[in-house]
Amino acid sequence: MMRLPWFGFHAPRTVAEAAKILAGEGPQAMLIAGGTDLVPNMKRRHQSPQTLVSLRRVDELKKITNGSGLKLGAGLSLTEVIHSDKVRAGYTGLYQAAAQVATVHLRNMGTLGGNLCLDTRCTYLNQNYEWRKAIDFCMKKDGDICWVATASKRCLAVSSTDTAPALISLGAKVKLVSSQGEREVLLADLYANDGIDYIVRRPDEILTEVSLPDTAGWKSTYWKLRRRGAFDFPVLGVAAAIKFAPDGTVEAARIALGAVSSRPLATKAGDSLIGKKLTDEAIAEAGGKAQNVAKPMDNTDLDIYWRKDVVSSFVGYALRELRGDDMRDTRMRISRQAL
Amino acid sequence: MRAMQQVHLKLNVNGEEEEVSFAPYKTLLEVLREDMNLTGTKHGCELGECGACAVLVDGQPLLACLELAVECEGRAIETIEGLANGSVLHPLQAAFADLGGAQCGYCTPGILMTAKALLEAEPNPSRERIREAISGNLCRCTGYQQIYESIEEAARRINEARVQA
Ligand SMILES: Cc1cc2nc3c(=O)[nH]c(=O)nc-3n(C[C@H](O)[C@H](O)[C@H](O)COP(=O)(O)OP(=O)(O)OC[C@H]3O[C@@H](n4cnc5c(N)ncnc54)[C@H](O)[C@@H]3O)c2cc1C
Ligand code: SF4
Ligand code: FES
Ligand code: FES
Repeated sequence: MMRLPWFGFHAPRTVAEAAKILAGEGPQAMLIAGGTDLVPNMKRRHQSPQTLVSLRRVDELKKITNGSGLKLGAGLSLTEVIHSDKVRAGYTGLYQAAAQVATVHLRNMGTLGGNLCLDTRCTYLNQNYEWRKAIDFCMKKDGDICWVATASKRCLAVSSTDTAPALISLGAKVKLVSSQGEREVLLADLYANDGIDYIVRRPDEILTEVSLPDTAGWKSTYWKLRRRGAFDFPVLGVAAAIKFAPDGTVEAARIALGAVSSRPLATKAGDSLIGKKLTDEAIAEAGGKAQNVAKPMDNTDLDIYWRKDVVSSFVGYALRELRGDDMRDTRMRISRQAL
Repeated sequence: MRAMQQVHLKLNVNGEEEEVSFAPYKTLLEVLREDMNLTGTKHGCELGECGACAVLVDGQPLLACLELAVECEGRAIETIEGLANGSVLHPLQAAFADLGGAQCGYCTPGILMTAKALLEAEPNPSRERIREAISGNLCRCTGYQQIYESIEEAARRINEARVQA
């Protein structure tokens, strides 16, 4: 039996109330939304917050609002995100990313906000307490050394969120609210390349909302590498969004990668496409550039050299799909889901 | 002392309100099995990686091993114990028994509850939709084929009964 540690529990009804509790309790309190990341992590004693502040009853976090773009409440379940017609129609990459997270049950429970704040992962960390004790722990929790690279000064745990790369490629911003006030940051700037301090959110801040810009002229997609057709965290995620001129010339392009760094990686690989049509040569060039910046570590599933080698192929799948190629068979082979 | 505190609340399980008292750190799975004596919901990986603990909460399949019991007040919880109608099996249970949809049976309660939610939302799901709906439930015995067939058979029987009624 893996029991949860003791915690105090609050179930506020509003963001303001939740922010006040967080401010009062200090950094030993944590937010819980769907709990699908935090609960397993608490069972493994990665975190033992003294207080949990649940966002489950905060209805204002469950809204979808139209404007010039789209605003998604952080408390929406991934299932609700997937079922939104507006997401499907205008933000395909987000739909495809959310639909490939974990399993049906976990998507019913897990939220968009929780997915963006997901803890980083590592095979030396995501183990029970006794297992971790047997290797004398590691830098991220209870120990001093990083077993992935023993000379490393920082933890190299992997950013494993599927929706973050998709939302970064779509130019999303997020709102952070605390009892002190609120701020909006570009999602790409929410993360830092450090397995321990992977997010710049302060402990008293609540991520309340994701704002997406209008996508007229844009097309987007998300491709995920994982061992099985369900359950598995990404071993590589490729998100691409492109703005096309009416004749097919690329006007703007953003390619973001997941699971190849301690943060979702916003690359410059899309820049080489600007002013060109998506020819095979242009696609290969962008794929090569993305592959160069991907730094998979030996702390997830599958061989690291191969995981780097396939980056350009996956960028190729994504860009060919955006060009209009029929990628349905490849998609089915890779993701075992029609998306 | 906080460590001694118990939570008292009402849980609505299989249509009945019950007053329960439990340690506040318990998951819904632990409360069902240990404090309410409902051991039909199975305890597998405890980490969200198998689906053995799936129950319906407000009609949606969730994982009881990751759901805090303190979050469940006022929500309708359905477990395998409520699936049969007295001594009459639910069509899903009958079809699983007839077509070998269960072997060791450990995954079965979670799959039956997940399939119940599917058939309530979609009375005629395609094989593809069934595969998708139970892709979060691992089975180490059947190879899934008999499970798909059992769910299809149950759908057929439910629809037939509906036509006759
Ligand atoms: C078996 C399994 C497989 C999984 N596979 C995947 C996968 O393939 N891809 C993937 O991306 N994820 C996966 N997950 C992780 C998880 O299910 C999802 O990322 C989910 O969206 C997390 O959301 P949640 O609401 O459950 O987060 P929680 O567990 O509630 O929270 C996660 C973290 O975010 C913080 N937090 C939550 N909400 C907020 C907020 N509004 N503001 C600030 N901080 C907040 C919490 O304090 C916590 O640190 C998997 C999990 C399991 C158990
Ligand atoms: S990358 Fe290193 S420090 Fe970080 S969790 Fe893994 S072993 Fe621990
Ligand atoms: S016991 Fe809950 S998913 Fe395995
Ligand atoms: S019947 Fe044994 S695990 Fe499914």
